[in-house]
Amino acid sequence: MTTAGSPKIQIRRVAKAFGAAGRAPALAEIDLDVAERELVCILGPSGCGKSTLLNIVAGFLPPTAGSVLVDGHPVTGPGPERGVVFQEYALFPWLTVTGNVEFGPRLQARPAAERKQTVDRYLDLVGLRAHADKVPAQLSGGMKQRVAIARALANNPAVILMDEPFGALDAQTRETLQDELSKIQRVEHKTILFVTHSIREAVYLADRVVVMTSVPGRIRQVFPIKLPEIRDRFAPEFTQYEADITRVVKEEVAKVHE
Amino acid sequence: MRPSAVRAVAILGGLVLWAGFTAVNARVELVNPVLLPTPVEVGRVALDLGASGELARHVLTSLWRVAQGFGLAAVAALGLGVLVGLCVPLRLMAEPVIELLRPIPPLAFLPMFLVWFGLGEASKVAFIGYTTFFPMFIAIAASVLRIDVVLLRAAASLGATRADLVRRVMLPAALPGIVVALRVGIGLALFVIVGAEFMGADAGLGHLIMEGRTFFNPPQIVMGALLLGLLGSLVNTLLLAAERRLLGGRAAA
Repeated sequence: MTTAGSPKIQIRRVAKAFGAAGRAPALAEIDLDVAERELVCILGPSGCGKSTLLNIVAGFLPPTAGSVLVDGHPVTGPGPERGVVFQEYALFPWLTVTGNVEFGPRLQARPAAERKQTVDRYLDLVGLRAHADKVPAQLSGGMKQRVAIARALANNPAVILMDEPFGALDAQTRETLQDELSKIQRVEHKTILFVTHSIREAVYLADRVVVMTSVPGRIRQVFPIKLPEIRDRFAPEFTQYEADITRVVKEEVAKVHE
Repeated sequence: MRPSAVRAVAILGGLVLWAGFTAVNARVELVNPVLLPTPVEVGRVALDLGASGELARHVLTSLWRVAQGFGLAAVAALGLGVLVGLCVPLRLMAEPVIELLRPIPPLAFLPMFLVWFGLGEASKVAFIGYTTFFPMFIAIAASVLRIDVVLLRAAASLGATRADLVRRVMLPAALPGIVVALRVGIGLALFVIVGAEFMGADAGLGHLIMEGRTFFNPPQIVMGALLLGLLGSLVNTLLLAAERRLLGGRAAA
């Protein structure tokens, strides 16, 4: 079904309402394509339904209307071709770092030697090789999220969905992990849908930034970020994007308070 | 002083107090000394019964009944607890039944077990099973229900099937709670075995204690009770050690 150049993720008129008889609309008619190797950030005021959209793409929630296609196949539930990185890390506390990273390959019954190779490769990538035998309780928040990223990558999914992955981290760690994700992306070239409420983070990481309206969320504006791969947070072009996007987001936040 | 030394001193101190009080009582007769066995008398009963092999027979009989009753209840509680934790309609059906049965003191049903299962082994095993099932079942179902949904989502997104979810996520995630439930269950089994053996038993520690009453042998009663305490704390120590090995650094949830 896949043809070269066709979008990796196709979100088609997806709507979502919660409650009895759909009394609480959360998303209204979202249409969005994510191309192969593209990193798209979804930005919006809190409660705009951006995480709901990600949960629908992940297959955790069914849409009320519309559909999601990944590589041309409709999404009907969670699946290994869509890796997810959660804000709350979601590491398995009874497994070591290695055990977490090889969880996916183990489910696929990959041979031990291959699993070891995979684990070594991705722990190297996130700089945690020395911590392979620790359990999550022994790691800092930043290290836990590195493990979660390595776990998602090690399963070699077609796309990776990230739900405010750095939202629970302190500002310093947050920037470090943004740098690392940007570095990883230059090596791995994954297709990534990334939900955040940080405009700076979105401009730093994204090929395109999608700003959503306040609830019920729809797409307000799409900003293609035409900056070099390695970005400088203090470059005038960077701050210009930040200012432009901030203006639009502020308008939407203001609507929530009206 | 090391904690183990403190414990040894405390136990020794308790024995000395006991011996001292009974020795004084033997002279001034605050209560009839016959009713207040001394450590020596209790020790002598233990040695006599131990030498004839009687004591071992009673202990093993009781432990075997506990093992069977607890084992059956544990298997049932684990299976049903996981099932109820997984399946919402089952949970809704189970809840009111449990809420009605749970407050009934298990001993209230003991005569019923004698009616159903007779005076033999089956009634004791069944009674222990019944007593220990509910607390274990409730605790296991609760620990399955407490599993963070985000862990299940994470596993499903890594390709886990339903069977994988049960085996690789739910069981390990609920394990600390399951271990605690089992420990509570076996403690309770040791608690109620005595009651079960008071009626219609020809062996076991409960029977030994009741025999002490029938033949007016207070040292035998005290010896049986102390032995139960010893067994209980021994089993608990073993279980704690097993728990630590099994769970490593993970605290019980």
